[in-house]
Amino acid sequence: MALTSAEVLHIARLARIALRDADVERFTAQLSGILDHFAALAAVDTEGVEPTAHPLPLSNVMRDDLVAPSLSQAEALANAPQAEDGYIRVRAVLE
Amino acid sequence: MTAIATKYETVIGLEVHCQLITRSKMFCSCSADYSGAEPNTHVCPVCLGMPGVLPVINERAIEYITMTGLALNCEISEFSKFDRKNYPYPDLMKGYQISQYDLPVCHDGWLEIEVDDERRRIGIERVHMEEDTARLLHRTDAVTGEGYSLIDVNRSGTPLMEIVSRPDMRTPAEAREYLVRLRQILRYIGVSDANMEEGNFRCDANISLRPVGAERLGTKVEIKNMNSFRAVHDAIAFEEIRQARMLDAGERIVQETRGWVDERGETVSQRTKEEANDYRYFPEPDLPPLKLSRAFAEAVRAKLPELPAAKKERFLALRLSEHEATALTEDRERAAYFEGVSAALGLEPQRSAKLAANWVLGEVARWLNAGQKEIVDFPLGPEQLAGLARLVEDGKVTPNVGKDVFEKMVTNGMDAAAIVEAEGLAQISGEDDLVEAVRRAIAANQKAVDDYRAGKDASIKFLVGQVMRETRGRANAQVVQGLLERELQEND
Repeated sequence: MALTSAEVLHIARLARIALRDADVERFTAQLSGILDHFAALAAVDTEGVEPTAHPLPLSNVMRDDLVAPSLSQAEALANAPQAEDGYIRVRAVLE
Repeated sequence: MTAIATKYETVIGLEVHCQLITRSKMFCSCSADYSGAEPNTHVCPVCLGMPGVLPVINERAIEYITMTGLALNCEISEFSKFDRKNYPYPDLMKGYQISQYDLPVCHDGWLEIEVDDERRRIGIERVHMEEDTARLLHRTDAVTGEGYSLIDVNRSGTPLMEIVSRPDMRTPAEAREYLVRLRQILRYIGVSDANMEEGNFRCDANISLRPVGAERLGTKVEIKNMNSFRAVHDAIAFEEIRQARMLDAGERIVQETRGWVDERGETVSQRTKEEANDYRYFPEPDLPPLKLSRAFAEAVRAKLPELPAAKKERFLALRLSEHEATALTEDRERAAYFEGVSAALGLEPQRSAKLAANWVLGEVARWLNAGQKEIVDFPLGPEQLAGLARLVEDGKVTPNVGKDVFEKMVTNGMDAAAIVEAEGLAQISGEDDLVEAVRRAIAANQKAVDDYRAGKDASIKFLVGQVMRETRGRANAQVVQGLLERELQEND
Protein backbone atom coordinates (compact mmCIF):
# COMPACT_ATOMS: atom_id res chain seq x y z
CA MET A 1 0.00 0.00 0.00
CA ALA A 2 1.60 3.22 -1.15
CA LEU A 3 1.32 6.32 1.03
CA THR A 4 1.62 9.77 -0.54
CA SER A 5 4.18 12.22 0.77
CA ALA A 6 1.26 14.50 1.74
CA GLU A 7 -0.10 11.76 4.02
CA VAL A 8 3.30 11.30 5.62
CA LEU A 9 3.58 15.04 6.27
CA HIS A 10 0.13 14.96 7.84
CA ILE A 11 1.09 12.07 10.14
CA ALA A 12 4.30 13.91 11.04
CA ARG A 13 2.32 17.01 11.92
CA LEU A 14 -0.04 15.01 14.16
CA ALA A 15 2.99 13.44 15.88
CA ARG A 16 4.65 16.85 16.21
CA ILE A 17 7.71 15.69 14.29
CA ALA A 18 9.53 18.02 11.90
CA LEU A 19 10.66 16.22 8.75
CA ARG A 20 13.24 17.22 6.12
CA ASP A 21 12.42 16.49 2.48
CA ALA A 22 14.82 13.55 2.45
CA ASP A 23 13.09 12.11 5.54
CA VAL A 24 9.73 12.38 3.87
CA GLU A 25 10.92 10.26 1.00
CA ARG A 26 12.52 7.71 3.33
CA PHE A 27 9.52 7.44 5.68
CA THR A 28 7.05 7.26 2.82
CA ALA A 29 8.75 4.09 1.66
CA GLN A 30 9.15 2.66 5.19
CA LEU A 31 5.62 3.41 6.36
CA SER A 32 4.21 2.01 3.12
CA GLY A 33 6.13 -1.20 3.83
CA ILE A 34 4.62 -1.43 7.33
CA LEU A 35 1.15 -0.93 5.95
CA ASP A 36 1.79 -3.74 3.47
CA HIS A 37 2.12 -6.10 6.43
CA PHE A 38 -1.34 -5.03 7.59
CA ALA A 39 -2.67 -5.56 4.09
CA ALA A 40 -1.99 -9.26 4.70
CA LEU A 41 -4.44 -9.10 7.64
CA ALA A 42 -6.96 -7.26 5.51
CA ALA A 43 -6.94 -10.16 3.08
CA VAL A 44 -8.50 -12.48 5.70
CA ASP A 45 -12.24 -12.98 5.27
CA THR A 46 -13.83 -11.58 8.49
CA GLU A 47 -17.41 -11.71 7.28
CA GLY A 48 -19.66 -12.49 10.28
CA VAL A 49 -16.81 -12.26 12.82
CA GLU A 50 -17.45 -9.98 15.85
CA PRO A 51 -14.80 -7.23 16.18
CA THR A 52 -12.50 -7.84 19.14
CA ALA A 53 -11.51 -4.74 21.10
CA HIS A 54 -9.72 -6.72 23.79
CA PRO A 55 -8.06 -10.12 23.54
CA LEU A 56 -8.49 -11.02 27.24
CA PRO A 57 -11.70 -12.60 28.57
CA LEU A 58 -12.14 -9.80 31.12
CA SER A 59 -14.91 -7.27 31.68
CA ASN A 60 -16.15 -4.90 34.40
CA VAL A 61 -12.77 -4.49 36.06
CA MET A 62 -13.55 -1.66 38.45
CA ARG A 63 -12.43 -0.16 41.75
CA ASP A 64 -14.40 1.27 44.65
CA ASP A 65 -14.66 5.04 44.75
CA LEU A 66 -12.03 5.50 47.45
CA VAL A 67 -9.40 8.21 47.77
CA ALA A 68 -5.73 7.33 48.25
CA PRO A 69 -2.91 9.81 48.94
CA SER A 70 -1.53 11.68 45.94
CA LEU A 71 2.04 12.70 45.21
CA SER A 72 3.45 15.85 46.76
CA GLN A 73 3.72 18.91 44.55
CA ALA A 74 7.52 18.58 44.55
CA GLU A 75 7.27 14.95 43.39
CA ALA A 76 4.67 15.87 40.77
CA LEU A 77 6.94 18.57 39.32
CA ALA A 78 10.19 16.60 39.61
CA ASN A 79 10.18 15.56 35.95
CA ALA A 80 8.86 18.83 34.53
CA PRO A 81 11.48 20.62 32.39
CA GLN A 82 10.15 23.92 33.72
CA ALA A 83 7.91 24.83 36.65
CA GLU A 84 6.56 28.06 38.10
CA ASP A 85 4.47 28.71 41.24
CA GLY A 86 3.63 25.03 41.56
CA TYR A 87 2.53 24.76 37.92
CA ILE A 88 4.22 22.98 35.01
CA ARG A 89 5.40 25.62 32.57
CA VAL A 90 5.23 25.02 28.81
CA ARG A 91 5.50 27.05 25.60
CA ALA A 92 2.46 29.13 24.70
CA VAL A 93 -0.36 27.02 23.35
CA LEU A 94 -2.71 29.78 22.26
CA GLU A 95 -2.27 30.80 18.64
CA MET B 1 -36.58 37.07 14.69
CA THR B 2 -39.68 37.20 12.52
CA ALA B 3 -37.70 37.30 9.29
CA ILE B 4 -35.72 34.27 10.42
CA ALA B 5 -38.78 32.43 11.63
CA THR B 6 -40.62 32.75 8.32
CA LYS B 7 -37.75 32.15 5.95
CA TYR B 8 -35.34 29.80 7.74
CA GLU B 9 -35.67 27.11 10.33
CA THR B 10 -32.98 27.09 13.04
CA VAL B 11 -31.63 23.68 14.01
CA ILE B 12 -29.84 23.42 17.36
CA GLY B 13 -28.06 20.52 19.03
CA LEU B 14 -26.28 20.78 22.39
CA GLU B 15 -23.29 18.95 23.84
CA VAL B 16 -23.03 19.17 27.59
CA HIS B 17 -19.95 18.16 29.58
CA CYS B 18 -20.69 17.57 33.19
CA GLN B 19 -18.40 16.61 36.09
CA LEU B 20 -19.61 13.80 38.32
CA ILE B 21 -19.34 14.21 42.09
CA THR B 22 -17.38 11.08 42.88
CA ARG B 23 -14.83 11.11 45.69
CA SER B 24 -11.93 9.89 43.56
CA LYS B 25 -10.93 10.41 39.93
CA MET B 26 -12.17 8.33 36.99
CA PHE B 27 -9.18 6.02 36.60
CA CYS B 28 -7.05 6.59 39.73
CA SER B 29 -7.53 7.14 43.46
CA CYS B 30 -6.57 10.83 43.63
CA SER B 31 -9.24 13.00 45.26
CA ALA B 32 -11.59 14.47 42.64
CA ASP B 33 -12.41 17.39 44.92
CA TYR B 34 -9.64 19.78 43.92
CA SER B 35 -11.42 23.08 44.55
CA GLY B 36 -9.17 25.40 46.51
CA ALA B 37 -6.27 22.92 46.38
CA GLU B 38 -2.70 23.98 45.60
CA PRO B 39 -1.84 23.21 41.94
CA ASN B 40 -0.54 19.73 41.19
CA THR B 41 -1.30 18.25 44.61
CA HIS B 42 -4.13 15.90 43.51
CA VAL B 43 -1.99 13.95 41.09
CA CYS B 44 -0.37 10.52 40.82
CA PRO B 45 1.55 8.58 38.17
CA VAL B 46 -1.74 7.52 36.50
CA CYS B 47 -3.24 11.00 35.98
CA LEU B 48 0.20 12.45 35.25
CA GLY B 49 0.42 10.03 32.32
CA MET B 50 3.60 8.27 33.42
CA PRO B 51 4.67 5.29 31.30
CA GLY B 52 3.63 1.84 32.45
CA VAL B 53 0.73 2.82 34.71
CA LEU B 54 -2.66 1.12 34.60
CA PRO B 55 -5.98 2.99 34.80
CA VAL B 56 -8.87 1.29 36.66
CA ILE B 57 -12.52 2.34 36.21
CA ASN B 58 -14.29 4.06 39.12
CA GLU B 59 -17.40 1.96 39.78
CA ARG B 60 -19.42 4.84 41.22
CA ALA B 61 -18.91 6.87 38.03
CA ILE B 62 -20.42 4.00 36.03
CA GLU B 63 -23.35 3.88 38.44
CA TYR B 64 -23.81 7.67 38.08
CA ILE B 65 -23.75 7.67 34.29
CA THR B 66 -26.22 4.78 34.29
CA MET B 67 -28.51 6.78 36.60
CA THR B 68 -28.21 9.72 34.21
CA GLY B 69 -29.01 7.58 31.18
CA LEU B 70 -32.07 6.09 32.85
CA ALA B 71 -33.28 9.51 34.00
CA LEU B 72 -32.95 10.66 30.37
CA ASN B 73 -34.94 7.65 29.09
CA CYS B 74 -31.87 6.13 27.41
CA GLU B 75 -31.02 2.55 26.57
CA ILE B 76 -28.12 1.25 28.67
CA SER B 77 -25.59 -0.53 26.47
CA GLU B 78 -25.11 -4.14 27.49
CA PHE B 79 -21.65 -3.92 25.92
CA SER B 80 -19.64 -0.73 26.13
CA LYS B 81 -15.97 0.15 25.84
CA PHE B 82 -13.48 2.98 26.26
CA ASP B 83 -11.38 4.45 23.46
CA ARG B 84 -8.36 6.68 23.17
CA LYS B 85 -8.96 10.06 21.58
CA ASN B 86 -5.60 11.36 20.44
CA TYR B 87 -4.72 15.00 20.16
CA PRO B 88 -1.59 16.99 20.88
CA TYR B 89 -2.44 19.64 23.44
CA PRO B 90 -0.76 20.04 26.83
CA ASP B 91 -4.03 19.78 28.79
CA LEU B 92 -3.72 16.03 28.18
CA MET B 93 -0.79 14.52 30.01
CA LYS B 94 -0.90 11.24 28.09
CA GLY B 95 -1.32 12.79 24.63
CA TYR B 96 -4.77 11.23 24.49
CA GLN B 97 -8.01 11.38 26.42
CA ILE B 98 -9.78 8.22 27.53
CA SER B 99 -13.28 8.62 26.13
CA GLN B 100 -15.91 6.50 24.39
CA TYR B 101 -16.25 6.47 20.63
CA ASP B 102 -18.75 4.06 19.13
CA LEU B 103 -20.13 2.21 22.17
CA PRO B 104 -21.19 4.76 24.81
CA VAL B 105 -22.73 3.61 28.11
CA CYS B 106 -26.10 5.22 27.25
CA HIS B 107 -27.85 5.99 23.96
CA ASP B 108 -31.18 6.93 22.39
CA GLY B 109 -33.10 8.77 25.09
CA TRP B 110 -35.14 11.94 25.40
CA LEU B 111 -35.82 14.87 27.68
CA GLU B 112 -39.12 16.72 27.77
CA ILE B 113 -39.13 20.51 27.71
CA GLU B 114 -41.95 23.01 27.82
CA VAL B 115 -41.76 26.41 26.13
CA ASP B 116 -44.77 28.71 25.65
CA ASP B 117 -47.12 25.99 26.96
CA GLU B 118 -45.91 23.58 24.30
CA ARG B 119 -44.33 20.32 25.46
CA ARG B 120 -41.66 18.75 23.23
CA ARG B 121 -39.34 15.78 23.52
CA ILE B 122 -35.73 16.54 22.72
CA GLY B 123 -33.82 13.45 21.65
CA ILE B 124 -30.67 12.39 23.50
CA GLU B 125 -28.28 10.75 21.08
CA ARG B 126 -25.82 9.45 23.65
CA VAL B 127 -24.30 9.87 27.09
CA HIS B 128 -20.69 8.76 27.36
CA MET B 129 -17.99 8.65 30.00
CA GLU B 130 -14.61 10.29 29.71
CA GLU B 131 -11.97 12.06 31.78
CA ASP B 132 -11.55 15.80 32.29
CA THR B 133 -8.39 17.60 31.19
CA ALA B 134 -5.77 19.61 33.05
CA ARG B 135 -6.35 23.33 33.58
CA LEU B 136 -4.20 25.76 31.61
CA LEU B 137 -3.37 29.35 32.51
CA HIS B 138 -1.97 31.63 29.85
CA ARG B 139 0.69 34.14 30.88
CA THR B 140 3.15 36.56 29.32
CA ASP B 141 6.82 36.57 30.29
CA ALA B 142 7.61 39.94 31.91
CA VAL B 143 11.14 39.99 30.47
CA THR B 144 10.84 38.59 26.96
CA GLY B 145 7.18 39.52 26.39
CA GLU B 146 6.60 36.01 25.09
CA GLY B 147 3.49 34.06 25.93
CA TYR B 148 3.63 30.80 27.87
CA SER B 149 1.23 28.43 29.60
CA LEU B 150 1.01 26.98 33.10
CA ILE B 151 -0.52 23.57 33.78
CA ASP B 152 -2.40 22.36 36.86
CA VAL B 153 -3.07 18.63 36.56
CA ASN B 154 -5.50 18.44 39.54
CA ARG B 155 -8.58 18.45 37.30
CA SER B 156 -7.09 15.96 34.86
CA GLY B 157 -8.68 12.53 35.13
CA THR B 158 -11.78 13.60 37.07
CA PRO B 159 -14.90 11.88 35.74
CA LEU B 160 -16.59 13.80 32.95
CA MET B 161 -19.86 12.81 31.34
CA GLU B 162 -20.80 14.07 27.89
CA ILE B 163 -24.50 14.34 27.04
CA VAL B 164 -25.19 14.83 23.33
CA SER B 165 -28.65 15.91 22.20
CA ARG B 166 -30.14 15.32 18.79
CA PRO B 167 -30.53 18.46 16.64
CA ASP B 168 -34.13 18.78 17.84
CA MET B 169 -34.23 22.33 19.23
CA ARG B 170 -35.53 25.19 17.09
CA THR B 171 -35.17 28.36 19.18
CA PRO B 172 -32.73 29.88 21.69
CA ALA B 173 -35.48 29.62 24.33
CA GLU B 174 -35.79 25.87 23.73
CA ALA B 175 -32.02 25.46 24.09
CA ARG B 176 -32.06 27.31 27.41
CA GLU B 177 -35.05 25.30 28.65
CA TYR B 178 -33.28 22.05 27.70
CA LEU B 179 -30.27 23.08 29.81
CA VAL B 180 -32.46 24.14 32.74
CA ARG B 181 -34.30 20.79 32.74
CA LEU B 182 -31.10 18.80 32.24
CA ARG B 183 -29.41 20.56 35.15
CA GLN B 184 -32.51 20.00 37.28
CA ILE B 185 -32.43 16.24 36.60
CA LEU B 186 -28.68 15.94 37.25
CA ARG B 187 -29.11 17.68 40.59
CA TYR B 188 -32.21 15.64 41.51
CA ILE B 189 -30.40 12.37 41.00
CA GLY B 190 -27.37 13.79 42.81
CA VAL B 191 -24.68 12.93 40.26
CA SER B 192 -23.37 16.45 39.61
CA ASP B 193 -23.42 19.96 41.05
CA ALA B 194 -24.14 21.03 37.46
CA ASN B 195 -23.03 24.60 38.05
CA MET B 196 -22.21 26.39 34.81
CA GLU B 197 -20.51 29.38 36.43
CA GLU B 198 -18.17 27.05 38.33
CA GLY B 199 -17.35 25.11 35.18
CA ASN B 200 -18.65 21.70 36.19
CA PHE B 201 -21.46 21.97 33.60
CA ARG B 202 -20.25 23.19 30.20
CA CYS B 203 -22.18 23.54 27.00
CA ASP B 204 -21.23 23.70 23.32
CA ALA B 205 -23.93 24.43 20.76
CA ASN B 206 -24.21 23.27 17.16
CA ILE B 207 -26.40 25.52 15.06
CA SER B 208 -27.41 25.59 11.42
CA LEU B 209 -30.15 27.16 9.33
CA ARG B 210 -32.17 25.65 6.52
CA PRO B 211 -34.99 27.04 4.38
CA VAL B 212 -38.36 26.40 6.02
CA GLY B 213 -39.71 23.09 4.74
CA ALA B 214 -36.29 21.77 3.68
CA GLU B 215 -35.26 18.29 4.80
CA ARG B 216 -31.50 18.59 4.44
CA LEU B 217 -29.59 20.22 7.28
CA GLY B 218 -27.56 23.34 6.54
CA THR B 219 -23.85 23.67 7.33
CA LYS B 220 -23.40 23.73 11.09
CA VAL B 221 -21.31 26.03 13.22
CA GLU B 222 -20.12 25.03 16.68
CA ILE B 223 -20.20 27.68 19.42
CA LYS B 224 -18.01 27.45 22.51
CA ASN B 225 -17.09 29.61 25.54
CA MET B 226 -20.59 30.11 26.91
CA ASN B 227 -20.51 30.37 30.69
CA SER B 228 -24.17 30.83 31.62
CA PHE B 229 -27.61 29.82 30.40
CA ARG B 230 -28.15 33.39 29.29
CA ALA B 231 -24.92 33.28 27.27
CA VAL B 232 -26.10 30.09 25.49
CA HIS B 233 -29.40 31.77 24.66
CA ASP B 234 -27.77 34.97 23.46
CA ALA B 235 -25.03 33.25 21.46
CA ILE B 236 -27.56 31.12 19.57
CA ALA B 237 -29.78 34.16 18.96
CA PHE B 238 -26.76 36.06 17.59
CA GLU B 239 -25.62 33.17 15.42
CA GLU B 240 -29.13 32.70 14.04
CA ILE B 241 -29.14 36.25 12.71
CA ARG B 242 -25.54 36.14 11.48
CA GLN B 243 -26.18 33.00 9.44
CA ALA B 244 -29.52 34.30 8.08
CA ARG B 245 -27.82 37.48 6.84
CA MET B 246 -25.09 35.47 5.17
CA LEU B 247 -27.61 33.21 3.45
CA ASP B 248 -29.68 36.23 2.40
CA ALA B 249 -26.56 37.73 0.85
CA GLY B 250 -25.96 34.51 -1.08
CA GLU B 251 -22.87 33.63 0.96
CA ARG B 252 -21.87 30.13 1.97
CA ILE B 253 -21.76 29.17 5.69
CA VAL B 254 -18.34 27.83 6.63
CA GLN B 255 -18.20 24.86 8.97
CA GLU B 256 -16.18 26.20 11.87
CA THR B 257 -15.85 26.66 15.60
CA ARG B 258 -16.79 30.09 16.92
CA GLY B 259 -16.28 31.50 20.40
CA TRP B 260 -18.87 33.56 22.26
CA VAL B 261 -17.45 36.87 23.48
CA ASP B 262 -19.81 37.84 26.26
CA GLU B 263 -18.71 41.47 26.68
CA ARG B 264 -19.24 42.16 22.98
CA GLY B 265 -22.33 39.98 22.59
CA GLU B 266 -21.04 38.25 19.46
CA THR B 267 -19.40 35.07 18.19
CA VAL B 268 -15.97 35.16 16.56
CA SER B 269 -14.28 32.54 14.40
CA GLN B 270 -11.81 30.35 16.30
CA ARG B 271 -10.81 27.67 13.81
CA THR B 272 -12.24 26.11 10.72
CA LYS B 273 -12.88 22.39 10.78
CA GLU B 274 -10.25 20.69 8.68
CA GLU B 275 -8.16 17.61 8.92
CA ALA B 276 -6.77 18.74 12.31
CA ASN B 277 -9.66 16.87 13.97
CA ASP B 278 -8.07 13.54 13.23
CA TYR B 279 -8.45 11.99 16.65
CA ARG B 280 -7.41 8.49 15.54
CA TYR B 281 -9.74 6.80 18.01
CA PHE B 282 -8.88 3.22 18.91
CA PRO B 283 -10.01 0.90 21.73
CA GLU B 284 -8.27 1.62 25.04
CA PRO B 285 -6.14 -1.50 25.52
CA ASP B 286 -5.69 -0.90 29.26
CA LEU B 287 -9.41 -1.05 30.07
CA PRO B 288 -11.43 -4.23 29.55
CA PRO B 289 -14.95 -3.55 28.24
CA LEU B 290 -18.04 -2.97 30.37
CA LYS B 291 -20.86 -5.46 30.32
CA LEU B 292 -23.81 -3.80 32.00
CA SER B 293 -26.60 -6.32 32.38
CA ARG B 294 -30.33 -5.62 32.39
CA ALA B 295 -30.31 -6.65 36.05
CA PHE B 296 -27.64 -4.04 36.84
CA ALA B 297 -29.61 -1.33 35.02
CA GLU B 298 -32.81 -2.28 36.85
CA ALA B 299 -31.02 -2.25 40.21
CA VAL B 300 -29.77 1.27 39.44
CA ARG B 301 -33.25 2.32 38.29
CA ALA B 302 -34.68 1.16 41.62
CA LYS B 303 -32.33 3.60 43.36
CA LEU B 304 -33.43 6.63 41.29
CA PRO B 305 -35.40 9.23 43.24
CA GLU B 306 -38.69 10.52 41.90
CA LEU B 307 -37.81 12.77 38.94
CA PRO B 308 -39.01 16.37 38.66
CA ALA B 309 -41.53 15.72 35.88
CA ALA B 310 -43.23 12.90 37.82
CA LYS B 311 -43.18 14.95 41.01
CA LYS B 312 -44.77 17.89 39.24
CA GLU B 313 -47.56 15.67 37.88
CA ARG B 314 -48.21 14.39 41.39
CA PHE B 315 -48.37 17.92 42.77
CA LEU B 316 -50.76 18.95 40.00
CA ALA B 317 -52.97 16.00 40.94
CA LEU B 318 -53.17 17.54 44.44
CA ARG B 319 -54.87 20.49 42.75
CA LEU B 320 -51.83 22.77 43.04
CA SER B 321 -51.61 25.33 40.24
CA GLU B 322 -49.16 24.96 37.34
CA HIS B 323 -47.13 27.80 38.80
CA GLU B 324 -47.05 26.26 42.28
CA ALA B 325 -46.15 22.78 41.04
CA THR B 326 -43.34 24.18 38.87
CA ALA B 327 -41.92 26.37 41.61
CA LEU B 328 -42.07 23.65 44.28
CA THR B 329 -40.29 21.07 42.11
CA GLU B 330 -37.54 23.46 40.98
CA ASP B 331 -35.10 21.65 43.24
CA ARG B 332 -35.39 18.43 45.17
CA GLU B 333 -34.72 20.00 48.57
CA ARG B 334 -37.53 22.51 48.20
CA ALA B 335 -39.94 19.79 47.07
CA ALA B 336 -38.92 17.62 50.04
CA TYR B 337 -39.41 20.52 52.43
CA PHE B 338 -42.84 21.24 50.99
CA GLU B 339 -43.83 17.59 51.32
CA GLY B 340 -42.55 17.55 54.89
CA VAL B 341 -44.70 20.54 55.81
CA SER B 342 -47.70 19.07 54.02
CA ALA B 343 -47.36 15.71 55.81
CA ALA B 344 -46.88 17.38 59.21
CA LEU B 345 -50.05 19.42 58.71
CA GLY B 346 -51.99 16.17 58.64
CA LEU B 347 -55.13 17.67 57.08
CA GLU B 348 -56.98 16.29 54.09
CA PRO B 349 -54.21 15.90 51.42
CA GLN B 350 -55.30 18.64 49.03
CA ARG B 351 -55.91 21.04 51.90
CA SER B 352 -52.49 20.26 53.41
CA ALA B 353 -50.80 20.68 50.03
CA LYS B 354 -52.43 24.04 49.35
CA LEU B 355 -51.61 25.35 52.81
CA ALA B 356 -48.01 24.10 52.69
CA ALA B 357 -47.57 25.58 49.20
CA ASN B 358 -48.83 28.96 50.40
CA TRP B 359 -46.27 29.06 53.20
CA VAL B 360 -43.31 27.62 51.29
CA LEU B 361 -43.84 29.85 48.24
CA GLY B 362 -44.94 32.78 50.42
CA GLU B 363 -43.20 33.59 53.68
CA VAL B 364 -40.41 31.04 53.29
CA ALA B 365 -39.57 32.11 49.71
CA ARG B 366 -39.62 35.77 50.75
CA TRP B 367 -37.23 35.07 53.62
CA LEU B 368 -34.88 33.05 51.38
CA ASN B 369 -34.88 35.68 48.63
CA ALA B 370 -34.22 38.49 51.08
CA GLY B 371 -31.13 36.72 52.42
CA GLN B 372 -30.18 35.13 49.06
CA LYS B 373 -30.33 31.74 50.71
CA GLU B 374 -31.28 28.21 49.69
CA ILE B 375 -33.94 26.05 51.29
CA VAL B 376 -31.23 23.96 52.98
CA ASP B 377 -30.25 27.13 54.91
CA PHE B 378 -33.78 27.63 56.19
CA PRO B 379 -33.66 27.42 60.01
CA LEU B 380 -37.12 25.95 60.64
CA GLY B 381 -37.90 22.25 60.27
CA PRO B 382 -41.03 21.25 58.31
CA GLU B 383 -42.85 20.34 61.56
CA GLN B 384 -42.12 23.78 63.00
CA LEU B 385 -43.51 25.57 59.97
CA ALA B 386 -46.51 23.22 59.91
CA GLY B 387 -47.10 24.07 63.59
CA LEU B 388 -47.38 27.76 62.72
CA ALA B 389 -49.52 27.08 59.65
CA ARG B 390 -51.91 25.06 61.80
CA LEU B 391 -52.22 27.85 64.39
CA VAL B 392 -53.27 30.26 61.63
CA GLU B 393 -55.45 27.70 59.86
CA ASP B 394 -57.26 26.81 63.10
CA GLY B 395 -57.83 30.44 63.96
CA LYS B 396 -55.60 30.35 67.04
CA VAL B 397 -53.71 33.37 65.72
CA THR B 398 -54.68 35.87 63.03
CA PRO B 399 -52.87 35.79 59.65
CA ASN B 400 -51.04 39.02 60.47
CA VAL B 401 -49.90 37.78 63.85
CA GLY B 402 -48.86 34.58 62.05
CA LYS B 403 -46.41 36.58 59.94
CA ASP B 404 -44.97 38.23 63.07
CA VAL B 405 -44.61 34.84 64.74
CA PHE B 406 -42.83 33.56 61.60
CA GLU B 407 -40.27 36.39 61.89
CA LYS B 408 -39.69 35.57 65.55
CA MET B 409 -39.33 31.84 64.82
CA VAL B 410 -36.65 32.28 62.14
CA THR B 411 -34.75 34.55 64.54
CA ASN B 412 -34.93 32.51 67.75
CA GLY B 413 -35.79 29.03 66.47
CA MET B 414 -38.65 28.61 68.95
CA ASP B 415 -41.86 26.77 68.13
CA ALA B 416 -44.87 28.85 67.12
CA ALA B 417 -47.06 27.69 70.02
CA ALA B 418 -44.39 28.63 72.55
CA ILE B 419 -44.03 32.13 71.10
CA VAL B 420 -47.80 32.65 71.02
CA GLU B 421 -48.04 31.45 74.63
CA ALA B 422 -45.10 33.49 75.92
CA GLU B 423 -46.13 36.71 74.21
CA GLY B 424 -49.90 36.36 74.58
CA LEU B 425 -50.53 36.51 70.86
CA ALA B 426 -53.46 34.13 70.70
CA GLN B 427 -56.38 35.28 68.61
CA ILE B 428 -59.28 36.75 70.58
CA SER B 429 -62.54 35.45 69.19
CA GLY B 430 -64.87 35.64 72.18
CA GLU B 431 -67.50 38.35 71.87
CA ASP B 432 -67.35 39.04 75.60
CA ASP B 433 -63.61 39.66 75.33
CA LEU B 434 -64.01 42.07 72.42
CA VAL B 435 -67.18 43.98 73.06
CA GLU B 436 -65.55 46.59 75.32
CA ALA B 437 -62.92 47.38 72.72
CA VAL B 438 -65.62 47.61 70.06
CA ARG B 439 -67.62 50.08 72.15
CA ARG B 440 -64.52 52.16 72.80
CA ALA B 441 -63.80 52.31 69.05
CA ILE B 442 -67.34 53.48 68.36
CA ALA B 443 -67.21 56.11 71.09
CA ALA B 444 -63.85 57.46 69.95
CA ASN B 445 -64.58 57.68 66.22
CA GLN B 446 -67.83 59.59 65.79
CA LYS B 447 -67.05 60.60 62.20
CA ALA B 448 -66.59 57.01 60.99
CA VAL B 449 -69.80 56.06 62.81
CA ASP B 450 -71.69 58.90 61.08
CA ASP B 451 -70.26 57.92 57.70
CA TYR B 452 -71.31 54.34 58.21
CA ARG B 453 -74.81 55.33 59.16
CA ALA B 454 -74.94 57.61 56.12
CA GLY B 455 -74.49 54.47 54.01
CA LYS B 456 -70.70 54.44 53.61
CA ASP B 457 -70.14 50.76 54.36
CA ALA B 458 -66.37 51.00 53.96
CA SER B 459 -66.16 53.05 57.16
CA ILE B 460 -66.67 49.93 59.20
CA LYS B 461 -63.27 48.69 58.01
CA PHE B 462 -61.69 51.71 59.64
CA LEU B 463 -63.41 50.84 62.91
CA VAL B 464 -62.27 47.20 62.63
CA GLY B 465 -58.76 48.54 62.17
CA GLN B 466 -59.03 50.57 65.35
CA VAL B 467 -60.02 47.47 67.33
CA MET B 468 -57.18 45.49 65.77
CA ARG B 469 -54.75 48.18 66.82
CA GLU B 470 -55.99 48.16 70.36
CA THR B 471 -55.70 44.36 70.56
CA ARG B 472 -52.25 44.29 68.91
CA GLY B 473 -53.67 42.49 65.87
CA ARG B 474 -54.99 39.58 67.90
CA ALA B 475 -58.71 40.20 67.44
CA ASN B 476 -60.68 37.97 65.10
CA ALA B 477 -61.61 40.47 62.40
CA GLN B 478 -64.87 38.74 61.49
CA VAL B 479 -66.07 38.68 65.08
CA VAL B 480 -65.13 42.35 65.46
CA GLN B 481 -67.02 43.30 62.33
CA GLY B 482 -70.09 41.38 63.48
CA LEU B 483 -69.97 43.09 66.85
CA LEU B 484 -69.57 46.50 65.26
CA GLU B 485 -72.56 45.94 62.99
CA ARG B 486 -74.68 44.84 65.94
CA GLU B 487 -73.61 47.66 68.24
CA LEU B 488 -74.12 50.31 65.57
CA GLN B 489 -77.59 48.95 64.80
CA GLU B 490 -78.60 48.78 68.44
CA ASN B 491 -77.61 52.37 69.01
CA ASP B 492 -79.41 53.73 65.96
